Amino acid sequence: MYRARFVRVLALTAALSLGVAACAQNTSQKPGDETKTSGTGSAPSIKADPAPEVPANAALPAGDGKAKCGKVSIAYIGTIAGASAALGLNILNGVKLAVKEHNDANPGCQVTLKQFDSEGSPDKAPGVVTQAISDPTILGVVGLAFSGESKAVGKSFNDAGLVTISPSATNPGLSTNGWKTFFRALGNDAVQGPAISAFVANELNAKKVCVVRDDSEYGIGLADQTSQALGSKVVCDEQVKTAQKEFSAVVGAVQAASPDAVFYAGYYPEAAPFVQQLRDAGYEGAVVAPDGVRDDEFVKNAGEAAEGVYLSCPCLPSSGFTKFSQDYKALSNREPSTYSPEGYDATTILLQGIDKGLKDRASLLNFVKTYEGQGLTKQFKWDGKGELTQTPVWIYEVKDGKIVQLKDMSKS
Amino acid sequence: MTSHLALTLAQSGSQWIDFNVGLLAERFWANTVDGLAYGSIYALVALGYTLVYGVLRLINFAHSEVFVVGAFGAYFTFVGLGYKPGPTLASGLGPLIANLVLAGAVAMIAAGLIALLLERVAYRPLRRRNAPRLVFLITAIGASFAIQQGFYLWRGANPEPAIRLVRPEAVFDIAGTRITNIQIVVFVASVVLLIVADRFVGQTRLGRGIRAVAQDPDTAALMGVNKERVIMLTFVIGGALAGAAALFYVMMIPQGVLYNGGFLLGIKAFTAAVLGGIGNLRGALLGGLLLGVVENYGQTLFGGEWRDVVAFVLLIGILMVRPTGILGESLGRARV
Repeated sequence: MYRARFVRVLALTAALSLGVAACAQNTSQKPGDETKTSGTGSAPSIKADPAPEVPANAALPAGDGKAKCGKVSIAYIGTIAGASAALGLNILNGVKLAVKEHNDANPGCQVTLKQFDSEGSPDKAPGVVTQAISDPTILGVVGLAFSGESKAVGKSFNDAGLVTISPSATNPGLSTNGWKTFFRALGNDAVQGPAISAFVANELNAKKVCVVRDDSEYGIGLADQTSQALGSKVVCDEQVKTAQKEFSAVVGAVQAASPDAVFYAGYYPEAAPFVQQLRDAGYEGAVVAPDGVRDDEFVKNAGEAAEGVYLSCPCLPSSGFTKFSQDYKALSNREPSTYSPEGYDATTILLQGIDKGLKDRASLLNFVKTYEGQGLTKQFKWDGKGELTQTPVWIYEVKDGKIVQLKDMSKS
Repeated sequence: MTSHLALTLAQSGSQWIDFNVGLLAERFWANTVDGLAYGSIYALVALGYTLVYGVLRLINFAHSEVFVVGAFGAYFTFVGLGYKPGPTLASGLGPLIANLVLAGAVAMIAAGLIALLLERVAYRPLRRRNAPRLVFLITAIGASFAIQQGFYLWRGANPEPAIRLVRPEAVFDIAGTRITNIQIVVFVASVVLLIVADRFVGQTRLGRGIRAVAQDPDTAALMGVNKERVIMLTFVIGGALAGAAALFYVMMIPQGVLYNGGFLLGIKAFTAAVLGGIGNLRGALLGGLLLGVVENYGQTLFGGEWRDVVAFVLLIGILMVRPTGILGESLGRARV
């Protein structure tokens, strides 16, 4: 009898822990009421905007080549080989390129790049952040990559006075914690959400939209922002779980609402099977997904279902940045992708401070706080909370297995 | 966590749980079909847990990694056969079936071998030394991590680029309920495999050995049953069935070939085994199918975030009424 009881205790423990986790993460909302207006999601043909080129006054990491500095380093902290690793590598390679260009041009100032793998996880990030903070040579950090992990470690950076520029964390709540060291090199989801909503409503002419979110900080926040902006157009609101791969019930619920467009708020490992299963079930409307899905991994894994998916992103297309793209490819053997230029820009800003002869964390933090200058992607100038004043959002489309830029939403 | 829960409950304006009864009624048969197909994969994996438990009274937590080995086996067979990631290729029915059977065979052999290896390396030395039961459990968890991290170091954190051999096409469409070719194949093949396994244990000489060891290992040994061979056989059968499950899983979800892709499925399959009565083969089948179906009903009724809660509430509910699972516990006792 002991054995039977043991098995039961095990099962119950598993049950309780998962149950509690699900309760804690439940933020189910029912936005809007069901409107029965039948819309025709007629396939719109949208003219693509050209990709921007490098602005003439953009700051580059090379600087004037005369910088002198001691033994200093900057850190990249984010996923390298963990969850959604491809998104982290895009940034890391941009950072690497900036540091390499800087060091090649400035023999008198060799900055070391230290890499910390947070595995993209709010549980793992605090450990590596403690390591980075206790390394006195690190003056500034590019990272963290994701919103959930950024939330977990923001206070530690604030207490240590170590400046961080995140090239990709978009959860709006991150800048409202009073952290003096938090800056991000892109628009947050309070910008991306309305942009997605505008695209879905005005360009796709969708009358009924399903919002599907995952259970991450990022997915929940972005879905809330987008649902708010869409208002009564939201006819169904579904949630999936991280690492889920089988979506028949959610796909069925979406099908039952017969929407003109589905917006998936989450990351690519779940988005790929979800979109494939959605298409397999016969759904023919538009599919829109955000920056967490905008990677070639999604295109590779969703097969033919990836074709025609719209991807929003507060990142700029890098196809117009010819020299950057060439150098990036030479360095990493990959095409630059989501947030590669943003990672490059964030690194450039930190390097400019170091080139000015700043030797400690406090002065570099102050430098970033008052920074004003043009980068590859945009004009950088932060408000008191660490949000940029200029925040472009682009819509992309998967065409013939490639992610190509479609529309600059800040222009419409 | 409790504070968060209270907070959520206190939000007066927003609804906490939806009870979408209308949707469940509308989607009832579709949910049942999808749940049976996915549940049959649970059942096949659950059989591995149940067989090993029946014979050794051991929860083999590394069984989810045996499944992952099967998934990689099937995937690499696809690659070896020249399939490429990306759009599903159209190929003739004959070669397609031959390729799937080949991939299934590779997956079953790979998973069976890794299960055997696991037994020899991780469990047998402990058995020789008469280690307490808890040590086996910790070893099982350790072995599970070791294999998982091995795959992580070798293949990285991204899933293998999805290769899809068969596109799901609706074969029947009964009043809006689509039954696809893949679902039929997976369900029928799983049930056939489970019946074969049940027959094997119930009616063959080797199966009699398994039942004898399950009932009373010492007496079985005195009666001339080679206990070590029976244990090895049990692991190989469980592993091979997990390999078959892995092929079906990769057919349904091509994005699932991943170092930790077996974790969630392993927990669910273990739940299914306990639900049906661990140590009981028919219980594993029943538990797997029931879990697959109820999970889908629950998601439709309450929303996708309640998927796991529904599964485990079902488990708790059934264990409260029937503490040994639906069909009762022991492999030996069930049918002598």
